[in-house]
Amino acid sequence: MADYQTHTHDVLIVGAGGAGLRAAIEASAAGVSVGLVCKSLLGKAHTVMAEGGIAAALANVDDRDNWKVHFADTMRGGQYVNHGRMAELHAKEAPDRVRELETWGAVFDRTKDGGILQRNFGGHRYPRLAHVGDRTGLEMIRTLQDHGVHQGIDVHMEVTVLTLLTDGGRVVGAFGYDRERGRFRLFKAKAIVLATGGVGRAFKITSNSWEYTGDGQSLAYHAGAELKDMEFVQFHPTGMVWPPSVQGILVTEGVRGEGGVLRNKDGARFMFGDIPDNYKSQTADNEEEGWRYCQGDKNARRPPELLTRDHVARCIMREVRGGRGSPHGGVFLDISWIKEKLPNAPEHIRRKLPSMYHQFKQLADIDITREPMEVGPTTHYIMGGVSVDPDSQMSSVPGLFAAGEVAAGLHGANRLGGNSLSDLVVFGKRAGEFAAKFAKDHGSGTVNTAQVEAAARESLAPFERGAGAENPFTVQHDLQEMMQDLVGIVRREDEMVRALEGLKKLSARAATTGVPGNREYNPGWHTALDLQNLLTVSEAITLSAIERKESRGAQFRDDFPDKSAEFGKVNIVVKKAADGSMQVRRVPVAPLSDELKKVIEEQK
Amino acid sequence: MSTATFRIWRGENGNGGFKDHTVEVSEGMVVLDAVHKIQATQATDLACRWNCKAGKCGSCSAEINGSPRLMCMTRLNQIPLDQPVTIEPMRTFPHRKDLVTDVSWNFDVKKKIARFKPRKADAADGTFKMGQADIDRVQEFRKCIECYLCQDVCHVLRDHGKHEEFIGPRFFVYNAALEMHPADTGDRLGALKTDHGIGYCNITKCCTNVCPEEIRITDNAIIPLKERVVDEFYDPLGWLLKKLRPGATKG
Ligand SMILES: Cc1cc2nc3c(=O)[nH]c(=O)nc-3n(C[C@H](O)[C@H](O)[C@H](O)COP(=O)(O)OP(=O)(O)OC[C@H]3O[C@@H](n4cnc5c(N)ncnc54)[C@H](O)[C@@H]3O)c2cc1C
Ligand code: SF4
Ligand code: SF4
Ligand code: FES
Repeated sequence: MADYQTHTHDVLIVGAGGAGLRAAIEASAAGVSVGLVCKSLLGKAHTVMAEGGIAAALANVDDRDNWKVHFADTMRGGQYVNHGRMAELHAKEAPDRVRELETWGAVFDRTKDGGILQRNFGGHRYPRLAHVGDRTGLEMIRTLQDHGVHQGIDVHMEVTVLTLLTDGGRVVGAFGYDRERGRFRLFKAKAIVLATGGVGRAFKITSNSWEYTGDGQSLAYHAGAELKDMEFVQFHPTGMVWPPSVQGILVTEGVRGEGGVLRNKDGARFMFGDIPDNYKSQTADNEEEGWRYCQGDKNARRPPELLTRDHVARCIMREVRGGRGSPHGGVFLDISWIKEKLPNAPEHIRRKLPSMYHQFKQLADIDITREPMEVGPTTHYIMGGVSVDPDSQMSSVPGLFAAGEVAAGLHGANRLGGNSLSDLVVFGKRAGEFAAKFAKDHGSGTVNTAQVEAAARESLAPFERGAGAENPFTVQHDLQEMMQDLVGIVRREDEMVRALEGLKKLSARAATTGVPGNREYNPGWHTALDLQNLLTVSEAITLSAIERKESRGAQFRDDFPDKSAEFGKVNIVVKKAADGSMQVRRVPVAPLSDELKKVIEEQK
Repeated sequence: MSTATFRIWRGENGNGGFKDHTVEVSEGMVVLDAVHKIQATQATDLACRWNCKAGKCGSCSAEINGSPRLMCMTRLNQIPLDQPVTIEPMRTFPHRKDLVTDVSWNFDVKKKIARFKPRKADAADGTFKMGQADIDRVQEFRKCIECYLCQDVCHVLRDHGKHEEFIGPRFFVYNAALEMHPADTGDRLGALKTDHGIGYCNITKCCTNVCPEEIRITDNAIIPLKERVVDEFYDPLGWLLKKLRPGATKG
């Protein structure tokens, strides 16, 4: 018999980023008991790193903005395979969720008349991102955390959930261990909200932290839930490329929002050379107009640097491959040039982009107020994830909810910057509300102890194999290299088929990993356990990417470089079959209501 | 490629000692990279916390060659590599394993501080009218990434162990952010004077010197709070004014 501590909650929230915290606050307000678990300390989740801002049509800076424009921008950015209802709810509810943060103590940057300031970002027609310099995520997570700890939520920090427990198809609890001591924990719950974030650690070059091993997607999948749109992995166009040790660290899009420009080694603003047709009417065709846009001129159109991320990332790749890149395999991102336009440019840059200034100064010896940065694409975000009901956020498994990056639907084939932080609070709230309701309407299920025993036994196997066995860090590293090479920004069927073969071998190696030492805070052991999740999501990404035989949004297929009308009508879904294999299928994109269709037409 | 030796404090629950690990180092590396390299190749059970690797999350605090710093923001080219680089856990908190300490005391302290208590909204949509100049100071405080390096270095905690009577610089910053928030109506001065022990601080500024966010903890947070406490409790005129005009000393 495994030795474990048991906790009982009505609702268990897995993840304490923006989505998890907002869900916990809402569920608790609904009067149910709430437990919140997270792998790191409270306040350290990925949300803390978000920089540029949170998108909401507050219309504080440009009064032409409203939910319809935001909705249409989100759908256009997502290339119309988004779930329209989710995009609608998101656009309508984001303003209230942002204002609510202010009443909980958040201090956003201000407009001249004392309201919440908003900035420009890629793919958003009007200045829409409420922000705090370039540390918006910190403001948001701290606000939610400081508000949340007074709401009577039981927080279990540094606890990793290993598996979800089910009873007759419904979710009834979760099993995991605390990282500090390695002791097992059993959580009994009537409803569970997954808010575990993304999968970036499946790739070598990434802006994501060690936490992003796809746990939530994998937990849901193995509990029988459907995963959708897993092929859509966002490669952010601007990550640091030099020195090697900082490769992948994010350079916020806010740099371009403030007037930063992309140039190749010949000094050319290459983005002007490739503006997609459906964005031509909204995009500046000369440098002067682009600058006026960044200065808030309402009659100017946005510079091509602020086109959607998928497009900008591909243009950068093209420059690099064409031999027009920077010395270390990226391109130049220059904000210092604005000194030609603004008298106090260096001070302005330091005030608007303090952490970028810091980051480059300290990590790369570059003063961004004086010289350009070198940047290149980095794995950043996954649009796909657990398929959920748009209103309640419940997955196909009763009682299992998902919100935030781990859920699919809102962003379609490509997410707009700033639409994640708003996603977290809009759908975090909804997930919390509906999970509480589910818990009230349903009794507790029965935990199957055999399931618990099996999970406990399996998780201790790396100790039995011991120090001489395969090193889990090596397996993780090899997986990241392979996924980066074979299922990265530019994809081909033959390479992805090789990746599937590779995953099989890696899976076999993962089963032979061993670790020395004991269960007390043992990173080798933690890494060995995370491998299972990485393998599951890597397989889902690869199979889905093979199935979508076209290029759309974040998915670029070298062998199918164009968009296909046929694939514009479907989402790719994976599900675990009875024999344990991963089944892929195409399902029709959720139909738009007539009202939403009209909105899209109006906003074209 | 050259190599460097890292003398890392290894052990559990305070029992242990330094152990040398030598690894290859390359251009641009930070201390956290070296620790990760050691972890991946020599000691998979070497414990440390980290998340962002960019100075934004405040997880990777440690004492490097004796000074409290973020491992992810300490470049190897800023420290001498011809002798071993010592890396130790923060000493002010109970030790767990290797570089990991039990910082839960900080979470408990924070919970005891009166939360944000907003005045009535100014606008119909529930928001406040606040000018940028009115919030610049509060935003400085809200940059805090809760790395607890200031707590680690403060002698009141580190040398005198006053964890029961003194909340430490991080939480003076937190108090200041609330007290100076233009829309806040809470009152934290009584607690600051008594349970939270602001009187123990003798303005050595060690906290300010280690803050990776360059928050001017002593000058901008602690001294103004001390002044407010004095005005509130020791200044008869201020006291009278406050009785006559409630809220007069609130800023
Ligand atoms: C550098 C950077 C900058 C960004 N900037 C922006 C921006 O400006 N605007 C924007 O909208 N978006 C931005 N994003 C994206 C956005 O920050 C993330 O998508 C978002 O914060 C994810 O939030 P979340 O609540 O879904 O998950 P997270 O904040 O990542 O939280 C996940 C939580 O789940 C926990 N968890 C995971 N697995 C387990 C498990 N097995 N057991 C227990 N707990 C678990 C983790 O510990 C963590 O607490 C940025 C991302 C990065 C990396
Ligand atoms: S100034 Fe005060 S709070 Fe800061 S380290 Fe010195 S005694 Fe501690
Ligand atoms: S005030 Fe500075 S040193 Fe102290 S916890 Fe915050 S960021 Fe760290
Ligand atoms: S890892 Fe986040 S501050 Fe160092």
